[in-house]
Amino acid sequence: MAEKDLLTGEHFIHGDAACAEGGIAAGCRFFAGYPITPATEVAERMAARLPQVGGIFIQMEDEIASMAAILGASWGGVKSMTSTSGPGFSLMMENVGLGMMTETPCVVVDIQRAGPSTGLPTLVGQADVMQARWGSHGDYGCIALAPSSPQECFDYTVLAFNYSEIYRQPVFVLADEVVGHTTEKVVIPRREDLRIVARAEPQAPAHDYLPFDSAGPLPAPMAIAGAGYRVHVTGLTHDERGYPVITDVVQERNVRHLVDKIRKNADKIIRAEQIHLDDAEVVVVAYGCTARVARQAVEDLRRRGHRAGLLRLITLWPFPSQIVRRLATTVKAFIVPEINYGQMAYEVERTAGGGVEIVLMPLMGGSIHTPEEIEEAVGEYL
Amino acid sequence: MKVRYRALHPFDKEAEERHIQEDHGLHPYDEYLKPGRIPHIWCPGCGLGIVVTAFIEAMKQKNVPVAQSAVVSGIGCTGRVAGYLDMDTYHTTHGRAIPFATGLALVRQDLIVTVFSGDGDLFAIGGNHLIHAARRNVNLKVICVNNFNYGMTGGQVAPTTPIDARTSTTPFGNAEPSFNLPHLAHAAGAVYVARWTTYHARQLVHSISQAFDKKGFTFVEVVAPCPTGFGRPNKLGSGLDEMRHYREVCEVRNGADPSEVEIRLREKIIVGTFVDVERPDFMEHYQSLVVARAQAKAKSKGKGKAA
Amino acid sequence: MRFWRLPLDAEHHSIPRGEVHIIDNRCKGCGFCVEFCPNGCLRESKRFNVKGYHPPEMVYGAEEDCGDCGLCSLICPEFAIYTQLKEAKKITEDDIQKVTTRYSRKDRRYAKKR
Repeated sequence: MAEKDLLTGEHFIHGDAACAEGGIAAGCRFFAGYPITPATEVAERMAARLPQVGGIFIQMEDEIASMAAILGASWGGVKSMTSTSGPGFSLMMENVGLGMMTETPCVVVDIQRAGPSTGLPTLVGQADVMQARWGSHGDYGCIALAPSSPQECFDYTVLAFNYSEIYRQPVFVLADEVVGHTTEKVVIPRREDLRIVARAEPQAPAHDYLPFDSAGPLPAPMAIAGAGYRVHVTGLTHDERGYPVITDVVQERNVRHLVDKIRKNADKIIRAEQIHLDDAEVVVVAYGCTARVARQAVEDLRRRGHRAGLLRLITLWPFPSQIVRRLATTVKAFIVPEINYGQMAYEVERTAGGGVEIVLMPLMGGSIHTPEEIEEAVGEYL
Repeated sequence: MKVRYRALHPFDKEAEERHIQEDHGLHPYDEYLKPGRIPHIWCPGCGLGIVVTAFIEAMKQKNVPVAQSAVVSGIGCTGRVAGYLDMDTYHTTHGRAIPFATGLALVRQDLIVTVFSGDGDLFAIGGNHLIHAARRNVNLKVICVNNFNYGMTGGQVAPTTPIDARTSTTPFGNAEPSFNLPHLAHAAGAVYVARWTTYHARQLVHSISQAFDKKGFTFVEVVAPCPTGFGRPNKLGSGLDEMRHYREVCEVRNGADPSEVEIRLREKIIVGTFVDVERPDFMEHYQSLVVARAQAKAKSKGKGKAA
Repeated sequence: MRFWRLPLDAEHHSIPRGEVHIIDNRCKGCGFCVEFCPNGCLRESKRFNVKGYHPPEMVYGAEEDCGDCGLCSLICPEFAIYTQLKEAKKITEDDIQKVTTRYSRKDRRYAKKR
């Protein structure tokens, strides 16, 4: 049974299945989900695989319940995840907030489709970027990873689990329909080559232990149910012991901790691929399936001798603002192709600071950009 | 951007512990209560404290170890129960106590997971979760405190408010029929269904301890006075008056047909243990139907590859 | 009616005598313990606690009546009252006599409830 949890070797699978395999490789043993196109295949893979590795798969009555159930399982000491797409992601938002407030590690895979509402269920979109960041009410730090290929679906699901354990909060994998349904070679590494962060256990004796300590740069290790720490976990504003305290003083400390644990560690979290950026005059900023098209365009332009570059975002949140700010001093323009009406483009514009042209290339969803479109847009500034 | 924060007051554990009332530990039930959390927030005459006491007493009688217990609650007055009990307690979002507890109970079969929540939380916003957890027969002990209204928000109409009753959002009387909770829980598949009022404290202790012995989804409804939210607009008097009312109108009818135990305003309330059956719980089915087959399949595949 | 002797198994039984403990400052004055004490041992006091409520107190002369049944601690929503076994008294002929009059009209506690 042990060898079944890590299918080391080469596989020809789609991005959804790779997300599921990534979760299992990272130690996920509980999955609660609800069918939704185009994320259903994640659940299907989990339904087949989890019972083989001693895990539990359950199809809940809706996405609200799915999100609540994975939080419960996480407090039971088991790594847990769910998968969904736009409409289900919206339903999960209330309990995403609970996960943030109660500092509960778990992973939510969102295979984005085109919205709003039911939109284009079977076709691609990238419009959940801001929902991931600001979807639940109140302030909290957010980590969202955007894979561009099935291989990255595997890698970043593992990474998402690691981040969720380190920073003790729900982490999002924001794939899109094209990435989720692309079937490619996925290499699952050997166990010794895979970095997995295990759940930290509190060492302090019960009377000294503060389950929601906000003094340090990282959250306290989590005392799971039955560990003898008798922790009260609440979505109310709580002090370091977990006791609800309805005052502005504790709210200040509580929420600042939730935001700062990501803000102050952003350098350690942020990942971005920088392609031909050293001498670039025009930089394309892209993520997800769009980054693959953009890469084609940039390589084509380079072959023709143009100084184009690509900043491929891996962590959408936290946003790599330092890189963009540095580039803004040297480049002529940022081209931002995305399958929404401008979500990351605003973030690029905000961090670039007005001295440089920002070109948004929006698609409302249902299709992806062509390399020619992007080459044309870049060409205007070369 | 630059950030100018307001000065932060760091957490002072020693000072906080000095705040813990000197009277903690005076009462024998205090060992089950989180230090420094009593007095609770519930109004004078509220029946919730009695339900908590009955739960503690049932734990004591059954020797349920605190270390193996988890309590999950939703939002509202009853949602606050979790914060007072000295065990692993989870105060979740509105209506989501049951799915949260489902996740916890499935991965930790060694724990006794109790869901403590109100009628609005379990049957309005969380109604879907309750019927599905009962259908799956997840190993959960559900205690539903029914005070016929939304108390925390100031006495609004709930799915349990009897027809014609007044609440702050039905100032001319409630036009909707109410849910009959035991009937609903029974129809959805609960293996144990009982109803008591806070007046029947001893029977309630007995029912909760019976539920501790059952494997699967158990449901205990506790009718509780809410003098502030429900008693006042309906002229039911104080909490004590409502308790006297229960003494007068309640009829114990164990084994009664759950379809016949609907509650109407100022009328007879039928209490008792209505359902007590055996049925395999979720994990039992999951192990026998899913895990066994999946692992057999994995083995045969492995053999094929090796050959 | 008088019993002419002790029950034959009187030695195997005892009469519990309880002691009521009241944590004054937790009380919110709901009156449940006063109303439902089966032996009518409690009444509302004239004192105020820190919250401004009148906590219960023992009825004068009822100190011996508490049977340590624990109903007050079970029915108190505030964890403010509990009973403890003070002594397990041997059964005497006098006690048997008391029991026979307990629920008769002559009984002081019964009269109060009416």
